[in-house]
Amino acid sequence: MNALVVSAIEKSFGPVDVLRGVDLEVHGSEVHAVLGENGAGKSTLMRIVLGLEHADRGTMTVGGKPYAPRNPADARRAGVVMVPQERTLCPHLDVIENIVLGIEPSGPLGVLREKDAVAVATRALALVAGEGRIPIRARAGAMSVADQQLVEIARALAQGGESARVLVLDEPTASLGKSDADRLFERVRALKESGLAVVLVTHFLGDVRDHADRYTVLRDGKVQGSGDPKTAPPEQIVHEMLGRELESVRGEADAAKGGAGYRGEAPGGGAETLLELRTVAGVAKPRAASLTLKRGEILGIAGLVGSGRTELLRAILGLDRVKSGEVVVTAPRGMGLLSEDRGGEGLMLGRSIAENIALSPRGPLFVNPSHTRADGARWISELSVRSSGPDQRVGDLSGGNQQKVQIARLLREDFDVLLVDEPTRGIDVASKAQVLDLLRELAGKGKGIILVSSQLDELVSTCDRIAVLRRGELSASRPATEWDEEKLLLEAAS
Amino acid sequence: MSALASLRTMRRPAWLGPFVALLVVYTIFAIITPEHSFLRSQIFLTMARQSVVLAICALGMTLVIVTGGIDLSTGSLVALTTVVVAKMLKGGSSPVVAVATAVAVATAVGAFVGVCVGRFRLMPFVVTLGTMAVLRGSAIGLASEQKIDCDPRGLDHLLEASLSAPGIWIALALAALVAIVLGYTRFGRHVFAVGSNEAAARLCGIDAGRVKILVYAISSLLAGIAGVMEFSTLTVGDPTDSVGLELDVIAAVVIGGAPLAGGEGSVLGSVFGALLIIVIRTGAVHMGMPSWVQYIVTGVIIFVAVAVDSARRRRTRS
Repeated sequence: MNALVVSAIEKSFGPVDVLRGVDLEVHGSEVHAVLGENGAGKSTLMRIVLGLEHADRGTMTVGGKPYAPRNPADARRAGVVMVPQERTLCPHLDVIENIVLGIEPSGPLGVLREKDAVAVATRALALVAGEGRIPIRARAGAMSVADQQLVEIARALAQGGESARVLVLDEPTASLGKSDADRLFERVRALKESGLAVVLVTHFLGDVRDHADRYTVLRDGKVQGSGDPKTAPPEQIVHEMLGRELESVRGEADAAKGGAGYRGEAPGGGAETLLELRTVAGVAKPRAASLTLKRGEILGIAGLVGSGRTELLRAILGLDRVKSGEVVVTAPRGMGLLSEDRGGEGLMLGRSIAENIALSPRGPLFVNPSHTRADGARWISELSVRSSGPDQRVGDLSGGNQQKVQIARLLREDFDVLLVDEPTRGIDVASKAQVLDLLRELAGKGKGIILVSSQLDELVSTCDRIAVLRRGELSASRPATEWDEEKLLLEAAS
Repeated sequence: MSALASLRTMRRPAWLGPFVALLVVYTIFAIITPEHSFLRSQIFLTMARQSVVLAICALGMTLVIVTGGIDLSTGSLVALTTVVVAKMLKGGSSPVVAVATAVAVATAVGAFVGVCVGRFRLMPFVVTLGTMAVLRGSAIGLASEQKIDCDPRGLDHLLEASLSAPGIWIALALAALVAIVLGYTRFGRHVFAVGSNEAAARLCGIDAGRVKILVYAISSLLAGIAGVMEFSTLTVGDPTDSVGLELDVIAAVVIGGAPLAGGEGSVLGSVFGALLIIVIRTGAVHMGMPSWVQYIVTGVIIFVAVAVDSARRRRTRS
């Protein structure tokens, strides 16, 4: 029985064709992964399924009945619910209030029935988190990201009510550590077995292989392949995602690696020290972090979610208060941070590419806009940002291209030390390789880089040395050649 | 932070701060006034009567600020209402018809603002800045650039100098009503949700635009009622009345614990905020202090309120 059938959906935004005739069939009791690079059209497709956008052409059915939602409320009535990638709880409301948001049980004159609300919310929470794991009266804004995610799924299910047929999870594990992700998929399996159709939009091929029953690959607004992820070789899926680009990307990546010539050639004791931390502790995290960063090297920092990785970088830069210990900066041109939160603090989404790149505390008193534009255009071609030009709003770019703009800003400042937080989060495979090669290249040119990443393979392949952050305490670093992914994970999780 | 401590900060009601501030300021005045005359019931009554207009406006402003909006047109709307009431009474309408018409006009203005903000997604600051000017101009034009004298036909008794003045009780009843709406109804929950995270509210099927239209309409309806109260004390229609009232109203709501970013706020807090402003004003007059002192004291209290609130927030977060 097909829970959701999407036929020949087309959608364009202005001159850009985002979806060019997409077909998708999702059965009940299955986890169906939708894969694709950034800009492949996954998000738009999901927004159409949820009634947040309207298709230009094409039809959909849910449970065999024609389905054309005008808004999320319509979708919900038909039993289609989504947990979007970014967190969408109301931070001031508590767990129960969030779960019943929009479906508050109420009597005459809209007076709330608190007991019913608690019952609805507890039932939904039990499906995703088990009894008592989440305090129902905690304010959403004060909860961990992992718990917020569970509350969002509970909310989606509660809002679908008895008729919930299709649950869309958009990048559910992007901000979760491995154990939280595993716990999440455990719940997803239980939901699936209860008859729900789960659409899983993700970048993580590992998640797809381990947890999906079928997959569909989108590229350039079209379906490029589908099948069983357990039998389809990963190379084939990657090929479907990237198309012909793959070979050339690999070639470029290899060439860049060869050019930088990095592994095993870490700078010796003679290189200039740029940054030193002596048992630095923040207000809550980190608790004890010591490190030394020299010119020309990449120091990787591994750690689970909640280990204090981002907090460490913020403390180094002085964005968060350092409670004890010392941060000694000897880098003559200072430090810059590439934030993991692109939309929140990394970029001005409403401003143009050129303005974002030019944003700087230094610089002349008067600015010539045409210089800013020309500079922007130069960086756009330098980092091959896919855009309509330096005047385009950054918010209109795909995630990978936004990341390039953020990097361009740091490069323009010419900092000696780059603190790089999750540079490849939510960006496609090709862009990932480019970003990492760029970091290698910059280290080769004499920058010192601290790279925080939850992608362990990235750390092993990119860094000179790696240190592990565990519950706020940073271990001594060791050469990357002594690490592999398993060792890192073991160290971080023990 | 321990679970118990987090529970404590969570449960601490938002109105506690302004309530304590009110007690402290009142006590100070009670001590420093000669013969402790600030404790006399006559003064108490005067303050209650003077609070009515500010407090009723603050009720509506609380809703607006909880959604993350702002309304700068309150003062002009109050003035326009006094003019409409006076003009109708002068034209021979019964008090009931005059009041109903004036309040209906106010509500319609609010609905218009709400449509601009909620449907056309215009910035509330700009929309109500424009509305403020248009309403002030309309009031002056309607009144032919002068005060309108008329027989108040009983409306002056609304805020007469007695504990049985209906205005005081109407204000209390409205406060209770708005508190119930905000705290115990679907609509109230949606007001908080829209202010806390509008995208999330939309995602959950809440028509955020509709919530805002209702909020601005209700807020202006309340400003209309406040205007009737203002007429009751003025007994004339005065188009130049209540200039800058909206700033006092916003101050009351902010002192009452509602951040302008939205998502939080309480009726009780706002009422205490309004009372605090009136206590300072009355106390200063009573002591014979020059008016600049009360401005400065009110300003300092706003700073303190915001500082205390922000310190509390930072503590809760870490």
